[in-house]
Amino acid sequence: MFSYYIRLALTSIRRTPVLSALMVLALGLGIGAFMTTFTVYYLMSGDPIPHKSDVLYAVQLDNWDPNDDPTESASDVQPQLTYQDGQHLMNADTPAIRQVHMYGSDMVVVPEGDDPPFNENVRATYQTFFSMFDVPFIYGSPWDKRADDDHASVIVIGRKLNDRLFNGENSVGKSIQLNDGFYQITGVIDDWQPTPRFYHVDAGRRFSDSEQIFLPFTRAIDLVLGPNGNTNCWAPLDDSLPVIEAFLKSECVWTQFWAELETPEQAAAYKDYLDNYVRDQKQIGRFQRPLNTFISNVREWLVVNRVVTNDNRVLVRLSFLFLLVCVLNTVGLLMAKFLGKSGEVAVRRAMGASRQAVFIQNLVEVATIGVAGGVAGIGLAWLGLKGIENLYRGYQHLVHLDPVMLATAVCLAVISAILAGLYPVWRVSRQAPAGLLKAL
Amino acid sequence: MLKMSNISKIYRTELVETHALRELDLHVEEGEFVAVTGPSGSGKTTFLNIAGLLESSTSGLYELDGVDVSQLNDRKRSRIRNEKVGFIFQSFNLIPDLNLADNVDVPLRYRGWSGAERRKAVGDMLDLVGLGSRQNYLPSQLSGGQQQRVAIARALAGKPRFLLADEPTGNLDSEMAGAVMKLLEDINAEGTTIVMVTHDPDLANRADRNIHILDGRASDVIPAISPNVTPLPERGVARV
Repeated sequence: MFSYYIRLALTSIRRTPVLSALMVLALGLGIGAFMTTFTVYYLMSGDPIPHKSDVLYAVQLDNWDPNDDPTESASDVQPQLTYQDGQHLMNADTPAIRQVHMYGSDMVVVPEGDDPPFNENVRATYQTFFSMFDVPFIYGSPWDKRADDDHASVIVIGRKLNDRLFNGENSVGKSIQLNDGFYQITGVIDDWQPTPRFYHVDAGRRFSDSEQIFLPFTRAIDLVLGPNGNTNCWAPLDDSLPVIEAFLKSECVWTQFWAELETPEQAAAYKDYLDNYVRDQKQIGRFQRPLNTFISNVREWLVVNRVVTNDNRVLVRLSFLFLLVCVLNTVGLLMAKFLGKSGEVAVRRAMGASRQAVFIQNLVEVATIGVAGGVAGIGLAWLGLKGIENLYRGYQHLVHLDPVMLATAVCLAVISAILAGLYPVWRVSRQAPAGLLKAL
Repeated sequence: MLKMSNISKIYRTELVETHALRELDLHVEEGEFVAVTGPSGSGKTTFLNIAGLLESSTSGLYELDGVDVSQLNDRKRSRIRNEKVGFIFQSFNLIPDLNLADNVDVPLRYRGWSGAERRKAVGDMLDLVGLGSRQNYLPSQLSGGQQQRVAIARALAGKPRFLLADEPTGNLDSEMAGAVMKLLEDINAEGTTIVMVTHDPDLANRADRNIHILDGRASDVIPAISPNVTPLPERGVARV
């Protein structure tokens, strides 16, 4: 019977093409607007590393200006560490299973042959980065701890760069020129794009591409690679020292620090370790504000950094209201459509169709319109996301409809259509057939 | 077959109360061909709608095929309507977007028959009314008489025992009306009970029995009188 109802639905839709198109358009507009904003919100608020998000912790130490406003939460503390604090933690025997100290930079890649040099984002980090964040490799592996200790000229590159420089072939063991030096490749990682890019959530970079070059932090410092990201300072550099040394010993925050802590007990012990470290530093005149150390797991970290802004939430709510307006319009259109079908309904009732059968038949028609509205909505959402991609740089990872979003769009459209159709369908199925038999 | 006792139907609005039927008593035997006549507004169509379970009476008892159908719910009434009753309307009431086969198929869909059973019944019925070669035509491609023959095929497809016809020749010229009437007589001869509402005294006189409704009451029983038709013995009663 269901296939019969589908056939009747398609016949009915063809009978009133303009009215049907208006309903599809109304639903499509509502679904399109909602899916555009909701897709961005969904990807912004997603867990970028769900299987480990509760064991990876970002570290914050409140080393800021003692005259600044008091700290009330982790959101009030700088999200990055000074070089000296990060290095201390990295080299200390802390309760963490693994830790990583890192920062973003950029270097010039000089290809072999006639291809011109180009700039590429770089992450200066430790070999622990790859195992902590489960970065997938297609060739080779990360460099080893000895390379970190030896400040070795080794790198891991991304698939895109490997495709560009080596046509996708295994490049492990080969060297490439970065700035003025050559670096041996130890591994090639697959496409890896956590969204949001939680490990470095500078505003404007939180949805950017992952880096294509990773090199030892120790080597990057030797090279004096400057940070490519926010650098915040509250005290002047010590002008009695060379500028680089002064910067590294300053209270400027520009590095990111993460710890892997598997149990709540480990997390508590790690927090105690941080508190004790800050207390020790206070003894030598640093950390003049009240003791404020924070560790936040990935999901907490995204909240601390307000990755999803209130504007995003307001937009989703507004677009949902717009969808409701579209659904209400569809109710009116469906009323007009089904009242025009009264004669046919009366004939079917006279031929033995129960009210329930008429109700289901027309609900299938409404759902069919909903599916068409969903498809139209997906098309409009795609256009909307393309518009966002063109308008806002750095949002390219938020402007795609994944299978979950596609299925959501169609389900939402069908549910919207059925909600819109419930009253008109109920009305037409309750009409007394006797008085309508001459209305065909 | 059909037994109505003290059937009344009152339509109420905020301002007026209209008595469409007043304590109607009527009895139709199985196999009868009964014509129902009466002026416009007399209650003929209301009687037909109640007889076909499209409406409920305000009061009274209605038994169809020995079953009291007065108090049944919509699902049971629909099932009885589907299995036992066939309708023929003055304006044919074919569904314009469906071809002839699909129109005839409509009542069978609600019967739960298999596809093969339905296809055979549809083919047989369209053959019966002489339109078997036009199964894929749309109603708009047929003349009025042909459309009414399709409507008859639809009414008969589920093999109902009781056929209700509301002015079945009202929109046809005399030649087509005669053909349709002949078809109904043939169907009746096969054993199907027919109740036909008509304004046309000539057609009424071709029925076994003629019931006249006036002001909501079956006011008279007129034996069929026609120079061409021999009256049958009375097989049912209608009383005031």
